[in-house]
Amino acid sequence: MATPLSVIGTQNKKGQTYTDPWKLMNEAPRTPSFFTGSEVIKEAVRRSSCDVMIAYPITPQSEAAALIGELFAEGYIGDYFRGESEFAVMSQCAGAAFGGARVFTTTAGPGTMRAMENFPMWAGARLPIQMIVTCRGINSPLSIQPDTLEIAYLLNTGMLVWHAETAQDFFDWILKGYIVSEEPDVHLPLALCCDGFFVTHTKDVVNLTPADMCLPPYDPYRSPVPCMDMECPPVRMMRDPFVMKSNYISYATHASWQQEIWAAIERSRKHSIHWLNGLIDTENTDADILIVASGTAVSQGREAIRLLEEEGVRCGLVKVKTLRPWPEEEIREATKNAKHIFVPEFNVTGWLAKEIRATIPNPHRVHAGPHVCGGMTMPPEIIVSEIKTALGMKSFSLAGRGS
Amino acid sequence: MSKERIKISEDLYDIMPSDYQDLVKSATYGKEDRGWKDIGSSKELIEQHSLCAGCPESMAFRYILASLPNPEDTVMVGSTGCTSLVFPMVAVHNIHSLFGNQNAIASGLKRALSVRFPGRVKDVVVLAGDGATVDIGLDMTLQAWFRQEKFTTICFDNELYANTGGQESGLMQKGFVAKMAPVGKLFDKVRLPEIARESGCHYVVNCTVSKPSLVEKVIRNAVHVAREIGPTYLQLYTPCILEIGKNSMEGLQEMRDSEKPTERFAYKEYVSEPAKQLLAELAAKDKERKAAAKQLAGQASA
Repeated sequence: MATPLSVIGTQNKKGQTYTDPWKLMNEAPRTPSFFTGSEVIKEAVRRSSCDVMIAYPITPQSEAAALIGELFAEGYIGDYFRGESEFAVMSQCAGAAFGGARVFTTTAGPGTMRAMENFPMWAGARLPIQMIVTCRGINSPLSIQPDTLEIAYLLNTGMLVWHAETAQDFFDWILKGYIVSEEPDVHLPLALCCDGFFVTHTKDVVNLTPADMCLPPYDPYRSPVPCMDMECPPVRMMRDPFVMKSNYISYATHASWQQEIWAAIERSRKHSIHWLNGLIDTENTDADILIVASGTAVSQGREAIRLLEEEGVRCGLVKVKTLRPWPEEEIREATKNAKHIFVPEFNVTGWLAKEIRATIPNPHRVHAGPHVCGGMTMPPEIIVSEIKTALGMKSFSLAGRGS
Repeated sequence: MSKERIKISEDLYDIMPSDYQDLVKSATYGKEDRGWKDIGSSKELIEQHSLCAGCPESMAFRYILASLPNPEDTVMVGSTGCTSLVFPMVAVHNIHSLFGNQNAIASGLKRALSVRFPGRVKDVVVLAGDGATVDIGLDMTLQAWFRQEKFTTICFDNELYANTGGQESGLMQKGFVAKMAPVGKLFDKVRLPEIARESGCHYVVNCTVSKPSLVEKVIRNAVHVAREIGPTYLQLYTPCILEIGKNSMEGLQEMRDSEKPTERFAYKEYVSEPAKQLLAELAAKDKERKAAAKQLAGQASA
């Protein structure tokens, strides 16, 4: 059983050099490239020493999933196929991860919902699968447009949940995601979310690591649970299966197992801070007014702050990078000076605002909004308008938004 | 995994559970002609079970585990139901994840093992009930066959949902009165063996588990064909004596009654041309091996 470090400096069959992850991410030269988000996903996977990728078409992740098929054809991935539905795909991913493979998949919107039964199972089975979620509407009537409501459903599955703002985040976090989620004291699946179309279908300059350097391979024997490959002794796991037993030992076993999953999410905190340079990014948190956001709402918030500055209103920014682990302490600290906290979101319920309200003292400071959903864009002007209205300042009413 | 790997360090031997000690001492990992006849004279790969007394499923489990040609490199995939009460006590790696997704799990598993262990045999065997195989999991059962995934699917057909208390299933006989079929089941027993053949399975058998030698034969064939050629399917009648109103001692007779030539579990087999060829080759090799062993035994006694 080789340790992953022992392969550092050697080459895989494609001639890529297995590189120390810290050097790969922080010291290797970067090349600026002008790519769509989907192409960036492909480039990250090219460097991730992925064993198995399983694909299924659903807008807006289909292009990324198909591009990874090209990587398979080129020999960068061990196996790749199209499953029959998201429920099946996520089970196929589980089977591959049970068998000791590093697994990658992508989904979106209704696909996330269809597959949902698998996610607590992934976490419970401690499978460090990485799933890209390119968020889109899940409502009826059918919508394919950007909307982040599905993230709310992922928050209590026991998965790590990160929310990328840009294609650059995406590139770095796919690679870093494997590093964090495969740590033996974490060993949990990761839902790496982005806002569909805004990130997947737009081009951006992304600084890529060299294509001839890649992550060390996954070592399934560092897992806290046995790998199902019959390479370690199969012993009777329990005298009686707990599923049918109505007794204290059974309840206690299930309870401690669940607690351990959430403890593992907590333990991912230190690794995530190390690799992502903190769970949140902050700008000007001494200001009275703060925007706290995740995903592309951060970009729109940043633009709104620039517009407000032109009018002499000073506003700070908190970018939430990880939703699980939830940056509770960081958000409490970053918002301690704020009198007004605005939480712009691309969904109808405002799940991020609810999380923040549950975290900070004096939660009445949180203005849950503006919200757009169903594919609406969020012009910075509506964030400006929301802030000015709340502060009692005069603001243009925007056509079509009602009062 | 070689048998060497399950050996116990001498220093730790006395603190290992006795069932593990027995496994090391007298299990049949690695024995080339292992089969049902080892039952009683060697350590079985099933430790105990919590099924009902006399449950034919428990017989099926013992025969199957005794007959797997390569248990030291076999991973089994189960599903929710009575089988999931047994698997935790089986000395072969096994996965239970959700209800009905067993053939999807097995697809990913088989591919991962092929990527990780190129050139080595790693068999995957699915064992699930009829609800899991035919109702909730049917699309994944069929799609794995369409894709020609190289593993064996075994369905324990007890013609109802046993673990949840005897509800109607797709493999139940038409007219049978059960929970959720209060006026009798209104449609025919789903013809999965025929569907399996049309879906690309290379070896399909429909039978009961009344004869251990037959179970041994079909398990070996199914695993070998899946390993070399493509998907295989076994539908084994394991009646739920509890839900059809039989006593503990009546399971065997129920199976014998149901396998008569005109009954629904009369032995039925489909073998594709490439599978026929493979099985003929294996039979020839087997014959050679037995003849050689006989000759060797003759020389030794001479």
